[in-house]
Amino acid sequence: MKGRPELYTSYAQDMAFLNTRPKRAWSLGLVVLALLVPFLITDDLLQLLATGFVAAIGAIGLNIVTGYAGQVSLGHAFFLAIGAYTGAALSGSETGRVIGFGITSLPIWLLASGLVAAFFGVLVAPVAVRLRGLYLAIVTLGLVFLGEHVFREWTSLTGGPGVGRPAAIPELFGVRLDRDNAVFTAAQQLYLVMFVLLVIFGVLARNLVRSRVGRAFAAVRDRDLAASVIGVDLTKYKVLAFAVSSFYAGVAGALLFVINGFFDPGSFSLLLSVQYIAMVLIGGAGTISGAIMGALFITLLPRITRELPAVLPFISGDATGAVTVFQVEAVLYGVLIIVFLIVEPRGLFGIWVRVRNYWRTWPFSY
Amino acid sequence: MSVLQVTDVRLAFDGVIAVDGVSFEVGEGELFAIIGPNGAGKTSIFNVLSGVYRPQQGTVRFAGQDLIGMRPHRIAALGMARTFQNIELFSHLTVVDNLMLGRHNHMNYGALSAFFWLGKARNEELKNRSAVEDVIDFLELEQWRRFPVGLLPYGVQKRVELGRALAMEPRLLLLDEPVAGMNVEETEDMARFVLDVREELNIPMIMVEHDMGLVMDLADRVMVMDFGRPIRTGTPAEVQEDPDVIRAYLGEQHRSVAS
Repeated sequence: MKGRPELYTSYAQDMAFLNTRPKRAWSLGLVVLALLVPFLITDDLLQLLATGFVAAIGAIGLNIVTGYAGQVSLGHAFFLAIGAYTGAALSGSETGRVIGFGITSLPIWLLASGLVAAFFGVLVAPVAVRLRGLYLAIVTLGLVFLGEHVFREWTSLTGGPGVGRPAAIPELFGVRLDRDNAVFTAAQQLYLVMFVLLVIFGVLARNLVRSRVGRAFAAVRDRDLAASVIGVDLTKYKVLAFAVSSFYAGVAGALLFVINGFFDPGSFSLLLSVQYIAMVLIGGAGTISGAIMGALFITLLPRITRELPAVLPFISGDATGAVTVFQVEAVLYGVLIIVFLIVEPRGLFGIWVRVRNYWRTWPFSY
Repeated sequence: MSVLQVTDVRLAFDGVIAVDGVSFEVGEGELFAIIGPNGAGKTSIFNVLSGVYRPQQGTVRFAGQDLIGMRPHRIAALGMARTFQNIELFSHLTVVDNLMLGRHNHMNYGALSAFFWLGKARNEELKNRSAVEDVIDFLELEQWRRFPVGLLPYGVQKRVELGRALAMEPRLLLLDEPVAGMNVEETEDMARFVLDVREELNIPMIMVEHDMGLVMDLADRVMVMDFGRPIRTGTPAEVQEDPDVIRAYLGEQHRSVAS
């Protein structure tokens, strides 16, 4: 059907993964751009982007349970921590100070991290079946504090507060990805691996949410009474949403510190959960691409605020002084969430939709 | 051979008796109407049938099983579909997605195959999309297909809700005030669709409705409720003549006028 790109002649075309020509063009363009980037920018920016890609996997996870299934979870930091410690313990070497099993193959510990986190997600899920809204948020908030305490005390796993332990060791087909080699630098390799993983997990999540399961999540979120009356098992889908979400969190947690190589239990505080909530809300609740946009935005935000002291002299660049950049960052998360909720509840994705609709009919506004 | 048998159902919320002593049967292909003043317990009967409320007493037999105590999604899987008095659609989703949700139980694949959208999952989705298009065709919803239902006019939303119930391929359809709040034209459209469902799909229906003209024109049999109790069940003509019914609707002093 040349020249009539929006004329579908089969349901398969209509329901395809990328069902319009602009979607295909944009996706291809973004992938090509992302693959070129490592050869264009410096290693420290690559590390930041790679961290953003990992955060995006975690944000997709939170978006599945909160954005799609409508179960507010403040416990995402807990599931990230489960993944991080599973990955680190499985792949790390036994040092006497911290435990390790020496399984350095990335696919193995990555899958294991996801599964262990998903297991804990399933354990927590029955609470979500009983509670909703703020009450669920409070219970999942409790998880974060519970986790913080356990990880602080369990020093043979975590290395203890302020000390920490090495993160998971990324090895793929016998190649250590966190070391420079003849072709690529460590940052380039990690960037590319994280990008590929984001594409894989992004595509899988997108498939899930456009399937029978994703529609059932949305039904549970919008009207649980109607959902059950048309045959959706509320309990089953709430548990499933938590399991999938925690799996993604586990995967993201295991990868999150690979780039820096070291982490301590203090990383998994309430602030981390809030950052992920911010990613979902700023990016756009209930969309996969929104979660990715939000994650990149929040990850790149500190980089921008670090430049503030040069422009605004009353903000200090270190921990001393009346107003520090760290305080400014914390305030910014809150302010941005509020601004987006009021001005554009569909988040960055919503802004993108508006831009798209404007150009679709340009130069006619209707 | 009756599709549904309700025997002596009693539902109370603490001291408040919502429904008491309700018994009726719905036959193959029958359109059974329940009427009564506000608060007579009509919607409560629907909530008992679809498993939202659990009655203290009585039995409900449907598809060879007793429904009392069964969770709503299990009852839906047996083939009971309903619409709601106040529209209960998933307002952020498109018409197609709402109808696809109606086919939730007709799709037979799990979360793992959903991740990959290949083979079985893809086939099931396409097959059911095709079935959804039949419903869209049946209810003349083609032009609204891609709209989020929250943006549609009220009358169309009511039609989408009927469509979601029909997409379930039900063995019994419960319609809770299908024309409430509609203008004359919308009401006639809906009446036509209800007749189409009976003529072409031959699905038995129970309809709760306040529009007397519509009930008397469409229904095979009518049950009149008042204060949670059935006061008369019969054909529309019989019910209209019944002095108790007239008293419940018009009050004591009008009795002489009516008779």
